[in-house]
Amino acid sequence: MATVHMVVNGREVSGEVEGRTLLSDFLRNGLKLTGTHIGCDTSQCGACVVHVNGKAIKSCTMFALEASDSTVTTIEGMANEDGSLGIVQQAFQDHHGLQCGFCTPGMVMSAAALLSENLTPGEAEIRDYLEGNICRCTGYQNIVKAIQGAAEELAA
Amino acid sequence: MYSFEFERPTTIDDAVAALSRSGAQVIAGGQTLIPTLKNRLASPDVLVSLGAISELRGISVSSGSVVVGAATTHAEVAHSAAEAFPALSGLANNIGDPAVRNRGTVGGSIANNDPSACYPAAALATGATIITNSRRIAADDFFLGIFETALDEDELITSVEFPIPAAANYQKFEQPASRFALVGAFVSRFDTCVRVAITGAADSGVFRWSEAEKALTASFSPDSLAGLSVEADDMISDVHGSQAYRTNLVAVMTRRAVAAC
Ligand SMILES: Cc1cc2nc3c(=O)[nH]c(=O)nc-3n(C[C@H](O)[C@H](O)[C@H](O)COP(=O)(O)OP(=O)(O)OC[C@H]3O[C@@H](n4cnc5c(N)ncnc54)[C@H](O)[C@@H]3O)c2cc1C
Ligand code: FES
Ligand code: FES
Repeated sequence: MATVHMVVNGREVSGEVEGRTLLSDFLRNGLKLTGTHIGCDTSQCGACVVHVNGKAIKSCTMFALEASDSTVTTIEGMANEDGSLGIVQQAFQDHHGLQCGFCTPGMVMSAAALLSENLTPGEAEIRDYLEGNICRCTGYQNIVKAIQGAAEELAA
Repeated sequence: MYSFEFERPTTIDDAVAALSRSGAQVIAGGQTLIPTLKNRLASPDVLVSLGAISELRGISVSSGSVVVGAATTHAEVAHSAAEAFPALSGLANNIGDPAVRNRGTVGGSIANNDPSACYPAAALATGATIITNSRRIAADDFFLGIFETALDEDELITSVEFPIPAAANYQKFEQPASRFALVGAFVSRFDTCVRVAITGAADSGVFRWSEAEKALTASFSPDSLAGLSVEADDMISDVHGSQAYRTNLVAVMTRRAVAAC
């Protein structure tokens, strides 16, 4: 076992992990941040996407110890301080960008990463960026609309 | 996943020392190795992470070549090589998805030598040099067959030096589920010669298509490839495509790459 330290959603945390402990396991089981979902566990579906030092990564395919001393943001960190939905989250609700909601944490985290690089993405750019995020419900149409809506809101 | 010891050295020297321990293996981005560990297809005793070694990251461009640190991510190559070597940047920018590109590395791709991977084609088609902790290996001598390279067990790739061609292009026909290359063709035109490397197609892994190189060196035009074909018997046949299908794709992708140069 080793001790890992990181800043998660603005809070300094530490915990005991094994070498093989995945970042997704540490977040969900160690920190009880269960908003990060595990769909495939094989880096295909994107349900587990979080940001490490501002970059979107699949937390099922990174060891917790690799995030030592990093800044991590999960879906829980996307809400406003008072607990209300953040801009990207609210846009998913407003545009019906989710049905069962299983893929949504990863979708929101990928969308936020895209919008941090490009505040005016076109539809093709959005779909391209979501290549590693799979949704079995929505058909993606409303996810694209939600991200376009969030982009407008953020630019306003 | 079986349990292992995890080491996270901060210098190349410490990484090389850690790798000399028995049952030790390198982990770079983990995008290939972690799924392999989960499937118990690998069971190292010690994993030596490259994640904290800053001297293994970054890109330097000099006249004529781009040197990429082994632990540089695909996303960093896509960004930093865009001006100096657009074909390499474009290749990197089309690997997997953004999250995979934020973790996966050049060194990992080249060391792994997946028969459908993109970087081995770029290395072979540019005549790159693979630089390790102990020697320099020409790409022509490096890729020995599917998942096989000239690397010794405890050898670490530290960087890869890609000569910048006068013109180059990579065309990838994506396998629709994995988005790896079903067939990929990298064409490099240098002042005195043309090099063509094909990935995804052959049973023996990435290879140079020498017949096409000769024809294109004589005259660099898609028409020079008319009638040329690789040996169908050497191609992979699987659920994604027959030998005949891949043979045809090799010619089509090469022609497209030449046209786009
Ligand atoms: C969903 C998905 C889609 C992908 N699509 C593509 C694609 O379209 N095209 C493509 O080319 N690839 C693709 N990949 C593979 C991706 O490029 C991997 O990142 C790459 O193959 C391995 O790099 P890594 O840094 O993750 O290596 P790791 O997984 O960490 O390591 C892979 C192997 O290389 C060894 N190794 C790593 N670094 C070194 C080094 N410096 N010296 C010696 N040995 C080393 C390790 O010991 C291990 O055996 C995809 C992967 C995923 C998950
Ligand atoms: S759970 Fe990580 S990509 Fe599916
Ligand atoms: S909303 Fe159900 S998987 Fe996307």
